[in-house]
Amino acid sequence: MSDRKTLQVQRISGHPGPVPGEGTQRQEKLCKLIDTTTCIGCKACEVACVEWNDMPFQPTMFDNTYQTMPDTSWNYWNLIKFNEVSSDDGSFQWLMRKHQCMHCADPGCLAACPADGAIVQYSNGIVDFEEASCIGCQFCVSGCPFNVPKFNPSTKKVYKCTLCSDRVGQGLEPACIKSCPTGCLHFGTKDDMLQLANKRVVQLQQHAGLKDAGVYDPQTIGGTSVVYILHDATNPEKYGGLPKNPRIPLSFTLWKSWFKPIGLIASMMAFAGVILHYVTEGPRRVQPQPPVREIDGGEARKEN
Amino acid sequence: MDLSRRSFLKTGVAGAVGLSALGFDLQPLQAQSSSLKISRTSQTRSTCPYCSVSCGIIIHTIGDGAKNVTPQVVHVEGDPDHPINRGTLCPKGASLLQDIVNDRRLLKPQVRRPGSDHWEDIPWDQAIDEIATRTKALRDADFIEQDKNGKTVNRWESMAFAGGCTDTNEFNYLVVKSMRSMGVTCLENQARV
Repeated sequence: MSDRKTLQVQRISGHPGPVPGEGTQRQEKLCKLIDTTTCIGCKACEVACVEWNDMPFQPTMFDNTYQTMPDTSWNYWNLIKFNEVSSDDGSFQWLMRKHQCMHCADPGCLAACPADGAIVQYSNGIVDFEEASCIGCQFCVSGCPFNVPKFNPSTKKVYKCTLCSDRVGQGLEPACIKSCPTGCLHFGTKDDMLQLANKRVVQLQQHAGLKDAGVYDPQTIGGTSVVYILHDATNPEKYGGLPKNPRIPLSFTLWKSWFKPIGLIASMMAFAGVILHYVTEGPRRVQPQPPVREIDGGEARKEN
Repeated sequence: MDLSRRSFLKTGVAGAVGLSALGFDLQPLQAQSSSLKISRTSQTRSTCPYCSVSCGIIIHTIGDGAKNVTPQVVHVEGDPDHPINRGTLCPKGASLLQDIVNDRRLLKPQVRRPGSDHWEDIPWDQAIDEIATRTKALRDADFIEQDKNGKTVNRWESMAFAGGCTDTNEFNYLVVKSMRSMGVTCLENQARV
């Protein structure tokens, strides 16, 4: 293995100042494309994810649908949501969607995280959790617009899909992409995936009668490294937990982008003031005390 | 401002400590991704044993073959060079590691006697003897030499053979020869895939 860094860090959580080494290497943005119109809900991606990441097994739950469990968990990063949608005209649609981390260009988890280096964003778009630096505060859970990070109470750390950064860093595709037997999952550069997606959308609109078909790549969070092709892009909420305009909660934006830098500058100025005062004024000297007059023949001294 | 050498040094040290306390990391950050778990494995090509699609798989094994090392399978994934699946796998195929590394894997023959509610372990020799004895008895009882019209058919209809998709050409050849020689007509060996 060469010493060449395969994953270049672009953004670091809780890190004041610039990111070391930023922009010293070119890197293409990567993207996972999920075509929900050709997903058959076979769950091969779920199994491939659990197998590759060596995650402990947990019992599945039957809840009158084919969905493995209600939601993803700290040891289950990838879940096919089986959304049963009835239309007004009585027709029934089974909208299957592979739910996992969206790897946002402007990640809410990273913005919310106070621990230095616990969440990093690589130049290729992957948002990765570094468990060694995680302090388990779960701010990322509330910062995520897609409800992806999941807390493990026994290790007190948060886990989520890494887009197989270990595989991608060595030139392999993510495990879920490789397993998909219908080819509804694609992997490549963001440009290529968007091109492929737009081509497929035209095909769906013109030849499959899906007038509302479209691409889901929400610009409110700067786009995502996971892009969906939906039968009905006008109403992504139908697919279960896919907000139309996902946003980082306003409280985090205010706190991290405004109050925190102002507070940091204020505390630095206070510190600089203290040093300046020390340099110009010097340390505080003890003033020579005027001699204490004895009252009542030394009673006060006895009390001391 | 009275700035002596001593106070200048003091201030400099205090400033550096203060800056690092405020979070200015003086160490350059190393980009790191966790190491690839299959980077030093030996790869073995095989065939998924489940259905008749017969997807190609790659079995990743750790251990370099040294004398004192017992190799262990650590990962199984699709074979991109296989023309049938080109790297993809279904959920059962994707879980093939659990077929290999599993406490509940069967390692010896078992039998469930008629009317019994549990499986019992038996030795290989006994298993083969019992199969041979029953096969012989069944064939002696059910073998049809001639049909109703007196035509010679040499059929044995009460026995069937089902093969798996990992069976090789050579194995299937032997199966067909041996089964046909006994008169078995219900013969399925997945040789079509």
